[in-house]
Amino acid sequence: MTGFVLKKLAGALLVLLALSLAVYALFYLAPGDPARLACGERCTPQQVAQVRDQLGLNESVFAQYGHFLQGLVAGRDYSAGTGTLHCDAPCLGFSYQNDRPVTELLLDRLPATFSLALGALVLWLVIGVGTGLLSALRRGGLTERALTVLTLAGTGTPVFILGLLLLMLVCAYLQWLPFPTYVPFTEDPEQWAWNLLLPWVTLGFFESAKYARLTRSSALETLAEDHIRTFRAYGVGERAVVTRHALRGALPPVIALSAVDLGTMMGGAVLTESLFGIPGLGKTLIDGVRVVDLPVVTGVVLVTGVAVVLAGALADLLYAVADRRVALT
Amino acid sequence: MTTAPTAAAPAAGTTTPAAGTARQVLRRLRHRPSAVLAGAVLALLVLLAAAAPLVAHLTGQDPNAFHDDLVDSARGGVPLGPFGGASADHWLGVEPGTGRDLLTRLLYGARISLLVALGATAVQVAVGLAAGLAAGLGNRLADTFISRLTEVMLALPMLILAIALTAVVPAGFPRPLLLILVIGLLGWGGTARVVRAQTLTLRSLDFVAAARLAGNGPLRIARRELLPSLAAPVITYAAILLPANIVVEASLSFLGVGVKPPTPSWGQMLSTAQTWFRADPMYVLLPAGLLFTTVLAFTVLGEAVRTALDPRESSRLRVGRTRGGARSRKERTP
Repeated sequence: MTGFVLKKLAGALLVLLALSLAVYALFYLAPGDPARLACGERCTPQQVAQVRDQLGLNESVFAQYGHFLQGLVAGRDYSAGTGTLHCDAPCLGFSYQNDRPVTELLLDRLPATFSLALGALVLWLVIGVGTGLLSALRRGGLTERALTVLTLAGTGTPVFILGLLLLMLVCAYLQWLPFPTYVPFTEDPEQWAWNLLLPWVTLGFFESAKYARLTRSSALETLAEDHIRTFRAYGVGERAVVTRHALRGALPPVIALSAVDLGTMMGGAVLTESLFGIPGLGKTLIDGVRVVDLPVVTGVVLVTGVAVVLAGALADLLYAVADRRVALT
Repeated sequence: MTTAPTAAAPAAGTTTPAAGTARQVLRRLRHRPSAVLAGAVLALLVLLAAAAPLVAHLTGQDPNAFHDDLVDSARGGVPLGPFGGASADHWLGVEPGTGRDLLTRLLYGARISLLVALGATAVQVAVGLAAGLAAGLGNRLADTFISRLTEVMLALPMLILAIALTAVVPAGFPRPLLLILVIGLLGWGGTARVVRAQTLTLRSLDFVAAARLAGNGPLRIARRELLPSLAAPVITYAAILLPANIVVEASLSFLGVGVKPPTPSWGQMLSTAQTWFRADPMYVLLPAGLLFTTVLAFTVLGEAVRTALDPRESSRLRVGRTRGGARSRKERTP
């Protein structure tokens, strides 16, 4: 088991290293002059040259990448005119827009993304697992038909269409809710929840179709196994069979997929955030792209990469813990 | 990296039986009402999109011409008249704010949507085929490297990378081509995985061994022996990719990093539609409905093609009859 964990972690680390290289290559060697972008439109050539010097863009490519990595792991210093500007690890550089450290900027935006993802997670687990389990138990029933519709709608609808229609119906026409504006949890938990309700429903419903299908197939598979038949033969009640045994066997893939999806969302559920104006990482990315703020864009991509890779490793581990056969292979 | 199953991946490691001739496949498709309906809807859409300049000419409307006289400037630019300003000249009304003709803009938007989705799918399939074949036929080192890369490509969230990539490309680069390349080069992982699995299975079969013993090189084997057998799974997978790519294009346009105005696109319309919920609901419903219908039709048709190519598999969308869903857990984990 330890060997399995170490192997997974080493693999994850390798992927992250490759990702940092790819990100670095793409964003700093791409056409366009980072120094000019950082300096702004109205800079004189002298000022651009100065910025280029400050950012270390005169060094060789390898030295630059080395500094980039060093900044990530141990922090780095930028020479800023007379003094030096220190950037703590993990250093992602400074935003071209407002010269704030990107790490700080992203940490500021993380709670919003986290709030959105967490609520959506609860919803898709409840709706998805519930529907999936029901349809597994009553094959050919109403839930199964509902699941078919859910799947069709879920695969066919871009998430922002559902969000738009919900906004239009609930906020503009029925006026049950005001148009959402993000309120931080620390400020007012009640308003936080009310304002996030629609984004949660949108994202949660959108994802739940996938989970319903997964739960269903996984539950059917578990229910068909020998030990369940034995439990039934011994007279264990149907409710206990389902909740205590079938569900336990059916959940590992659901948990693993949830870990992966959560990881992806940590990079921002861009569409949902953008539609509902939630100031999360995804919105930061879009805003950064609009003004070509390269450090912010690279920062979000790297954070996403780390989240996805870690979530993937976590999912593998959860799987191995839940099903020992996996760890042995 | 992750072993979590994805609904979109066909069962790896199984060989597809001879799919039959194209005529047989077409006959099976014709016997499915849903496939016929979806096909008809798509045929109409493609026809209209292709004929967009003709429609513009016939109705006498330019998709980019402003009509200040058709919107109520006192109310912020709401189209005059019911149903978003629909009239004999502007069949589906006009765009709020600018008064541009909605029908032609929607049709030109369809061109962008279909062009980008088809192009991106072609790139994905081409790269995926090359990578999958190289992994399946190459030595162990090549296989490990490509498989690892494929896993990473599959795990990374495509939308975020695509958005980020649009930032570093110079503004002069043609946007539709950029979208095709970005979506295509980020989304080949699934095809590569399917092709590799299929290649590994095929490689051990007698006819491939015979070809190898006859002295054929890997390239020739790939082309002559493997490609015909790979056609069915690859087409099936491409049919899943196509609607997904439409959604990605619409999403990128929605986020403002797709095609640049004044070129119309559905996603772009939907992002501006947010301000017109009450004043002009048609402006929300028309692009949303069109996008939804298109994606749904492609999905349904893709499912039908899949079952027509491989009759053993029942539809994934009809949950009740799924057989693939009951695959054993051992199969899903490596």
